[in-house]
Amino acid sequence: MWRVGTVVALHDETATARTITFEVPDWPGHFGGQHVDVRVTAPDGYSTVRSYSIASAPSSDGRVELTVERLPSGEVSPYLTQELALGDRLELRGPIGGWFVWRTQQTEPIQLIAGGSGIVPLMSMIRTRASTGSAARFQLLYSVREPGAVFYRDELQALSDKDRSLIVTYVYTRVAPANSPRPPGRIDADLIANTTWPSKLAPTCYVCGPTPFVESVAGFLTASGNGPNKIRTERFGPTGDRK
Amino acid sequence: MSSNSYDYVDGNAAAGDLSKIFAVDVTAAEGQCANCGTIKRFAEAHLYMQSPGIVARCPVCEHVLLRLVNVRQRVLLDLRGMTYLSLDAA
Repeated sequence: MWRVGTVVALHDETATARTITFEVPDWPGHFGGQHVDVRVTAPDGYSTVRSYSIASAPSSDGRVELTVERLPSGEVSPYLTQELALGDRLELRGPIGGWFVWRTQQTEPIQLIAGGSGIVPLMSMIRTRASTGSAARFQLLYSVREPGAVFYRDELQALSDKDRSLIVTYVYTRVAPANSPRPPGRIDADLIANTTWPSKLAPTCYVCGPTPFVESVAGFLTASGNGPNKIRTERFGPTGDRK
Repeated sequence: MSSNSYDYVDGNAAAGDLSKIFAVDVTAAEGQCANCGTIKRFAEAHLYMQSPGIVARCPVCEHVLLRLVNVRQRVLLDLRGMTYLSLDAA
């Protein structure tokens, strides 16, 4: 079932990523981690569908936020991040997906690991936790190329400042800020062992990013004692404009 | 099919197309691979979307679990790669 969403706010997260807020009058609500399909139809009738993660927590006002990263060769993301204007209407289908979700009934420690724009569905989980007052302990390990590529930095800072049960660790792969505790580099086995919940706490782990990132991180998590059934993944590949 | 190729995403990504056919969310359902017997959530399958439709493969043995192709006004669904799907009916 397709619903019509009206663009009510636009916000640039980075030089290449934009958050789009839709107002969807009959939006049924969602869980953190779910996504929506977006259908874009050109004036000549050609239409195409892409899937994007929801960034916002569920809200009662029918608003849904997506953060879209612009892919230079993408068919849809350049339109969504550069041309879409306030008041424009798009077709949305969702919320979609019942596996890569965090539900407020979950009280176990939660380990979130994001690669680049893989932060988006994890941010929805963090915002859902904050808006519902959940006491579940959350840890986020967020891998980005460079400081300018971080989404939601101020909000993550504010949330973790006022709540010690939310711990945020950044990993910079190409350029690290001067005050970074470690030089630029990819997530490795040591970093997973030292900056994620010990496996004996039986955390549920959510890993989202490009497919090679998810493959290597899931491998490190398994190697440090996390059961495969405690690791949930969402990969995005080179095919679509996903995220 | 090289096990080193990264041209797949997760079964999650098929949720939109499958929602056109099934009344409940299939990606959270458990399915058994008809080839190796692995039981996993459909969301954990490897999904290949480069073809005219979508192909889901077992993440353990890469056997084809599901094929879904849109041809004009029809949807062709091939589920022979799974012995069963266990769905949450609640």
